[in-house]
Amino acid sequence: MKIPYYPGCTLHERALDFDVSARECAKTLGVELEELPIWTCCGAVFPLVTDSVMEILAPVRNLAYASREGDKLVTLCSFCYHVLKRANRTIRTDPEKAEKANLFLRADTEAREEIESYTREDYTGQVEVIHFLEMLRDLVGYEAVAKKVRRKLKDLRVAPYYGCMLLRPKKEMEFDDPEQPSIFEEFLETLGCDVVDFPMKTECCGGFQIVSDEDLAIACSRNVVSSAIKRGADVIVTTCPLCRYNLDKKQEEMAKEVRGFRKIPVIYFTQLLGIALGIDGEHIDFTDNYVDPRPVLAEKSLL
Amino acid sequence: MEERIGVFVCHCGSNIAGVVDVKRVAEELGKYPGVAHSTDYTYMCSDPGQNLVKDAIKEHNLTGVIVAACSPTLHEATFRRAGRVAGVNPYQVEIANIREHCSWVHQGEKEAATEKAIKIIKTMVEKARLDEALDPISVPMTHKALVVGAGIAGIQAALDIANAGHEVVLVEKSPSVGGHMAQLSETFPTLDCSQCIMTPKMVEVSQHPRINLMTYSEIDDVAGFVGNFKVKIRKKAAYVDRDACTGCGVCVEKCPVKTESEFDEGLAMRKAIYTPFPQAVPNKPVLDPEHCTYFLKDGKCGICQKVCPVGCVDYEQKDEIIEEEVGAIVVATGYDLYPIENMGEYGGGKYADVITGLQFERMLSASGPTEGEVRRPSDGKEPKEIVFLTCCGSRDPEAHMPYCSKVCCMYLTKHAMLYKHKVHDGQAYVFYMDVRTAGKGYEEFYTRAAEEDDVLYIRGKVSKIYEEDGKVMVWGVDTLTGKKVEIAADMAVLGLATVPNVAAKKLANKLKIHTDEWGFLAEAHPKLRPVESLAPGFYLAGAAQGPKDIPEAVAQASGAASKVAHLFAEEEYHREPIIAWIDEDTCAGCRVCISVCPYDAAEFDEENGIAKIQEAICEGCGACIAACPSASAQQRNLTDEQVYKMVSAALEG
Repeated sequence: MKIPYYPGCTLHERALDFDVSARECAKTLGVELEELPIWTCCGAVFPLVTDSVMEILAPVRNLAYASREGDKLVTLCSFCYHVLKRANRTIRTDPEKAEKANLFLRADTEAREEIESYTREDYTGQVEVIHFLEMLRDLVGYEAVAKKVRRKLKDLRVAPYYGCMLLRPKKEMEFDDPEQPSIFEEFLETLGCDVVDFPMKTECCGGFQIVSDEDLAIACSRNVVSSAIKRGADVIVTTCPLCRYNLDKKQEEMAKEVRGFRKIPVIYFTQLLGIALGIDGEHIDFTDNYVDPRPVLAEKSLL
Repeated sequence: MEERIGVFVCHCGSNIAGVVDVKRVAEELGKYPGVAHSTDYTYMCSDPGQNLVKDAIKEHNLTGVIVAACSPTLHEATFRRAGRVAGVNPYQVEIANIREHCSWVHQGEKEAATEKAIKIIKTMVEKARLDEALDPISVPMTHKALVVGAGIAGIQAALDIANAGHEVVLVEKSPSVGGHMAQLSETFPTLDCSQCIMTPKMVEVSQHPRINLMTYSEIDDVAGFVGNFKVKIRKKAAYVDRDACTGCGVCVEKCPVKTESEFDEGLAMRKAIYTPFPQAVPNKPVLDPEHCTYFLKDGKCGICQKVCPVGCVDYEQKDEIIEEEVGAIVVATGYDLYPIENMGEYGGGKYADVITGLQFERMLSASGPTEGEVRRPSDGKEPKEIVFLTCCGSRDPEAHMPYCSKVCCMYLTKHAMLYKHKVHDGQAYVFYMDVRTAGKGYEEFYTRAAEEDDVLYIRGKVSKIYEEDGKVMVWGVDTLTGKKVEIAADMAVLGLATVPNVAAKKLANKLKIHTDEWGFLAEAHPKLRPVESLAPGFYLAGAAQGPKDIPEAVAQASGAASKVAHLFAEEEYHREPIIAWIDEDTCAGCRVCISVCPYDAAEFDEENGIAKIQEAICEGCGACIAACPSASAQQRNLTDEQVYKMVSAALEG
C-alpha cells in the first residue's frame, strides 16, 4: 500500500526522529509513505480570519499538490494535521473561498506549472487528510498491527498525550471525542502497553506560548507532566513535535522550580511502535530527548 | 335571486377616517352592481353600529353583508353573529380589511388610500356575491378522554376531566403512576415533601369512579379524528395477574435476582419481580423478563410462582391489546434528563461521584436508597463539599441544547439548601450562568439559600471535572473576579438539560402531532393556544411540551382538561365549514390531494374511484386545492371562481 505523505517542516528538520521512526514503522507494516514530490510549510497556524483566503493558501496549495498523488494524505505532526484538515474543510464547505483560493493557485506561477502539467481541475477538497494513527486504525487495522508486534510492552506504563490540535474544534476535526478520546488508548492496547489514563491528556501543553510567555507554557506543560507522573506512568507518548518540546525539554525548568521533581521521558508514538515492532535501534533515535527514555526502556528489557 | 349586498364602512374613530375618505367610499360602493345599501359609521363594532347593520339587513332585505373595517381576526365573529340575528347566514357576512391593509399603512396618502379601500371592498363584494349559506359541520362525539402519561400533569388532567363529569382512560407505560415527581425529595420553593403532596392524587386517580387507570400499558395505534378516536392500547405482559394479586410482596422478597432500580436512578437495586417504590399505585408487582432467571435460563427458578399465595404469577401471560373509543386525547408524556454520558468534560458516566440531579433527589428522599442521608456513591462517605453545576447541556448551542431547561437553577438551589440542612459543616457550591428564578417565591428561595444556608454561588462555567486522590476535582472560572477556580470536592451534581421523554417522539409520530426540533410537543399558538396541538382533539400537558416545574405542569394540565371539558360541553362536535370539497364529476382519482394533505383528511373512495374529504378532519388549509391538477378540489366560499372575480375587481380601473 502506497500513501502520499506530508512530513511538514519540523519533521524534516528538528523532529527527524519522528519522521524516521514513522517511515520505518510504516514499511514494516507494509505501507510505503510516499513523500509529496513538492510541498511547502502548512502555515503552522489555522487562521481564524473569516474575510480573507490568503492565510489558507499555503495548506490549500499543499492539498492541491497532494491531489495529484492520491485521494489521501497522511500526516504525523498534530499542527500539520490540524491546519491541513481545517483548510480542506474550508474548501469543501465555503464555495466562495474555494473559488478565490483556486484563482490564487492559478495565478501562482509555480503552482500553475506544477498543477497544470498534471491536472487542469480546481482543488475542491477531494483529498482526505488522515493522521498516521487513523491510517493505522482504518487502513492497516489495529489487528494487523497487533500481529506484527514482536516485543510485548505489557510492563511499560504509558500515558497517551493527545494535546489539543488533534481534537478541537470537534465539529471541524472530527478526529475523536475531544472530552473522552480513545483512539490513542486503543493503539497502545494494540501494542500491549499498560495504558495510563490521566486527566490532563487533552489539556494544552502551552503550544506556541513557549515563544512569547515561557512561564505560562511551562506551567501548562508541568500540569500535564505531573499528572502523568502522579498516575504512575513510565513514559509519555505524543503525536506532536511542539508538545514533545514543551513536555520534554522544559522539564529542565520544571525541575528547577519544583523540589524533588521526578523527570519522565516523552517520546513519539511511532518510536514506541517501532520498539514494539522490533525495529532496530538506528531508526529509533533518542539522542534528541532531554529526558533519556533508554534507562526505563532498558529496565523493562525493551532495548 | 338577485343578490342584495349591504356595505358598512367603519371610521374606526380616526384610524380609518383619518386617512380614507369614508364618505366617498360609501358613496362609490353604493353605485357598485349588486350593492343594495351602502353607509358609513364612526364605530361599527359598537352596539349602535351593530344595530345599524341589523336594521339595514331587515329594512333592505339584504342577502349579504360587507363590513369594511379592521382585520377579520378581530371582529368577524361579531358581525357574523349580528348577521345571524338579523337573518343573514353568518358565512355570507364578510369583512373587508381597510385598516391594517390600508389606512394604517398609507398614512399621508389620502387619495390613494381611498382608492385602495374602494377596491378592497369591491373584491369582497365579488366574493360575497358567490358566498353560499353554510352551516357549521356537526360530527358525533364520544365523551370520553384518553390521557397518555400519569406523571403529575397526566394525573391532574385526568382528575380534572373526570371531575367535570367525563370518563377518562389514563395510560401509563411504567408499572406505577407518579412519574418523575414521585422520585423527588422535597419541592421548591416551599420544601414540602413531594410524595406527601403527590400520593393523595395518585390514590385519587386510581380510585376515581370515572377513571380507568391502565398502568404498564402503551399506545399502540390511534385512528380517527376529533370526537371519534379509536385507540389501541397495549397492556404489556406483567406476568402477574394484577387483578388477582393482593400486593403481599412475598414474590418480591423471595426473588433472588437483583438489578438496578430505575426509580432509584441506579443508586439501589430492585428485584426482577418488583414494585418500583413503596407507595406505588397500583401497589402490585410486575415481572421484568429481561432480568428474570426463569426467562433467561429456560424455566429455571420459578420461585415467585411457587411462593405466591394466590397463584397469580403467570409466565405464559401475553401482551393484550385493548381498544377504546375516545373523543379527545391529552398527551402528558413528560421529560427525561439529557444523558449524563454526553457530558464527557465532566466525566459523566465515568466517575461514580458525578451524578445527576434526579440521583441526588433519590439520595435526599427519605424513602430513597440512603434513607435521606447524603452519601457518596463511590464509598458511602458523607461528602463535605459538593459542587452543583447548572446548564449541563442547556444553553449550549455549540455542543448540546440551545434552550434553557428552566427548572435546574431552582432544583439545584433546593439541593444545595437541603444538603446544608443535612450536613451542617458541609460546603455547597453552585456554578451558574444566571440564576433564573422567575416564579412566585423563587427569588426569595434563592436568596435564602445564599444568605441563610451559606450556599456559595460562583458565576461561571465548569470546564472540566476529573478524579484525583479520591476527590472530584472541579475546574471552573469565576467570571466576576476573572479568576480560575479549582475545587477539590467530594461530589458533583449535574443539572442536566431537560429533554423530551425518549418514547414521546415516537408516540407523537403515531398520533400525528407536531413536535419542535428537539422533540417537545408543539403547541397550536405559542401564546394564545398553549395547551392545544394544531391537530384538533389533541391537548398538551406538562414537560412534554417544554421544560416545566410542578406548578406550571399542573396549571397546563388543568388548562388542557378545561379545553377537553369545553369540547365535551356540546353533544356533537361543531366546526367551521370553510373546508375543502371535491367535485365528484371532474375528479380523476389521481390521489395528489391525499399525498399532500397534512391532516390525513383526504381519502380515496375505492368504490367511485375518486378522492373525498372527511369533513370532520379537514382544517381548510388549502394544500389539496393548490395541488389538484383538475381544479376539482375547491374551498367552500373561496372557490377558484370567487378568487378570479376578486382579482378582476382588484385590477379593474
